[in-house]
Amino acid sequence: MELLDFARGPAISVALAIFVFGTVWRLVALFGLPRMHDLSVPRPGTPGPIVAGTKEIFRRMWPRHEFSQLSMFSFLNGYVFHIGLAIIVFAFAPHILFLKGLTGLHWPALPNNVVYAVGAITVISLLAALIHRLTSPVLRLISTMNDYFSWFITLLPVVTGLMAASHLGARYETLLAIHILSVCALLIWFPFGKLMHAFLIFISRGTTGAFLARRGIQF
Amino acid sequence: MTETDTTLGAELVRRGVSRRALLQYASVVAAQMMLPASAARTIAAELAKVHRQSVIWLSFQECTGCTESITRSFSPTLEDLIFNFISLDYHHTLQAVSGEAAEQARETAMKENKGKYIVVCDGSVPTLDGGVYSTIAGRTNLDLLHETVENAFAVVTVGTCAAFGGIPHAKPNPTGAESVASLVKDKPVINISGCPPVPEAMTGTIAYVLSLGRIPDLDHLGRPMAFFGETIHDRCYRRPFYEKGYFAKSFDDEGARQGWCLYEVGCKGPVTYNACATVKWNSGVSFPIQSGHGCLGCSEPDFWDRGGFYRPLAASTSTKTGMYVGGAAAAGALAGLVATTVARKRKSAAVASMAQPAPEKAESKEG
Ligand code: SF4
Repeated sequence: MELLDFARGPAISVALAIFVFGTVWRLVALFGLPRMHDLSVPRPGTPGPIVAGTKEIFRRMWPRHEFSQLSMFSFLNGYVFHIGLAIIVFAFAPHILFLKGLTGLHWPALPNNVVYAVGAITVISLLAALIHRLTSPVLRLISTMNDYFSWFITLLPVVTGLMAASHLGARYETLLAIHILSVCALLIWFPFGKLMHAFLIFISRGTTGAFLARRGIQF
Repeated sequence: MTETDTTLGAELVRRGVSRRALLQYASVVAAQMMLPASAARTIAAELAKVHRQSVIWLSFQECTGCTESITRSFSPTLEDLIFNFISLDYHHTLQAVSGEAAEQARETAMKENKGKYIVVCDGSVPTLDGGVYSTIAGRTNLDLLHETVENAFAVVTVGTCAAFGGIPHAKPNPTGAESVASLVKDKPVINISGCPPVPEAMTGTIAYVLSLGRIPDLDHLGRPMAFFGETIHDRCYRRPFYEKGYFAKSFDDEGARQGWCLYEVGCKGPVTYNACATVKWNSGVSFPIQSGHGCLGCSEPDFWDRGGFYRPLAASTSTKTGMYVGGAAAAGALAGLVATTVARKRKSAAVASMAQPAPEKAESKEG
C-alpha cells in the first residue's frame, strides 16, 4: 500500500500546488498584460463590451444554423463529456470528501451507481471525440500533440476511477493509487496545456464578442 | 505411548468427539481455505493421523493482545481442541515454568523436533543499537529469533506487529522495530495480521498446515488468501448504503443510528483485507463496523501512520497541503507579475523606438 500512501500524501499535495501555481501565474500574467487601446470609433447603435461579450458567450453555446449539420455532433458530444466530467468530479461522494478536506465545503452526492453510469458514458463520449478528431480532415490538420495529450490526460482519471470502482485488473488499493496519481498528472498538466480553456474560454469568447461588436459585426 | 506419539484422532476419541464432527469441521476448514468440498475427507483423515505438533511461540515487542485474542476464540469447539492438541513448548504467557527452565524447554523442543517445529511469533523485533530495546533471558529478540527459526519447518507471525512491524514500527519508530517477516528470509513465513488477528484465521491456518502438511495460498503480503483474500468493504453488510451514497457524518447522527456506511467517518474497509466481516468476533457476534465504528485497517502494514483513523480514505493525508497551495498561489502571482512587468517594459521600449526615428534613417533623410 506504499503507493497509495504516496498518492494520498505528497503526490496530491505537490500536484495541487503545481496546479495552483500554474493557473495563478497564467491568469495574473494574462490580466496584467498591457491593454491594447482600441482606437477605432465604435459603430453607432452597437451594445457595450459587457453586453456584447455576454451575448457572444451564449451565442457560441449552440451551432449556427448554417453549420448545424456539420458541427452538431461536436457540440452535443462536447456537452455530454463536459457535463459527465462535472458530475464525476462534483457529485461522487468520495470526490466531495476529497474537496471537503481541501476547502471545508461539502454538498449532497449522487448514488455511486449513477456516477458509475455517467463515467461509462463519459468514456464513450471522449472516445467518440477522439475518433471524430482523427477522421475529420480539418480537425486533424489543426490538432497538435497538446490536443491529443490533453485528451489522454482527461480520459485517464475517468478510466482508472472506473477500474478502481469495479476492482478491475489489480487490487483495489493499487487501482485507487493509480487513479489518484492520474489525477495528479491531470492537475500538473492542466495550467500548461489546452485544459486551461476551462478558465479562459469565457474570457476569450467575451473579448472576441466585444471586439466584433465594436466594429458593428452582427450575427 | 509418549505424548508426542498420541494422534489427534485418538485424542478426539478420548474426548468423545465423533468422526462426523471431525468431518464437519474438516468441511468448514476446506470451505474457509477455499478448497474443493472433496478435500474435506482428506483433511479429516490427515487430521486424525497427525501427531502432536511442536510449536515454539516467541513474543517480542507486543502487548499480548494477540494471545488474549486467541485464548478467547470460539469455545469449546473442535478448533479449540486442535489448537489445544499442539504441543506449545514455549510461550511466555501460557507456560507454567519460568526463568532458565523456560529457556531450556525451548532448546529441548528445538533439538527434539529439528526441522519439524513451527515457530509462532507475535510482536516486532527492535533492531536499533544492537536490538537492546527488548531482551529475553539476557538475549536480544533478534538473536533469539535467528537461533529459533534456524531449524524450524515454518514461521507463523501472529498480529500486525510481527507481520508488518505494527505499532512499535509507527513513526518515529524509536527502537528500529522490524517485522519478523522482514528478518526471516530462508523459511516459509505465513503472516496472520490484525491488531489482534481474527482467532479463527490462526487456528484455521494451523489446522490446514497440520492436515495437509503444506503452506496455504498466500497473498503478496504473505497472508493466507482464505482469510485475507477479500476486503472488509467487499463483504460489509453496510455496502448497499455506500453504493446509494448514504453516509453517517458523525458517530451519533441519524445516519449512524440508521446503520449507514461509515466511509465519511474514516472507515478503511475498502483497502483492508481481513475476515472480520465474515468470520466476525466473539463466536460470530459482531465486528467493529457492526458495532458502529469504522474499520481502522489494522491488518495492513503501517495502519498507524495512514493520516488518521477518522480521515476519509478519499481525503489527502498530507497536513501541509494548505501551506503548499497557499505558497504556490503566492509564487504563481509573483511569476505572473514578473511576466507582465517584462511585457510592459518590452512594450514601452517598442513604443519609444517607434516614436523616435532610427538614426540611419534620419541620416539618409538629411543626405
Ligand atoms: S462501513 Fe466501511 S467497509 Fe462498510 S461499506 Fe462503508 S466503507 Fe465499506
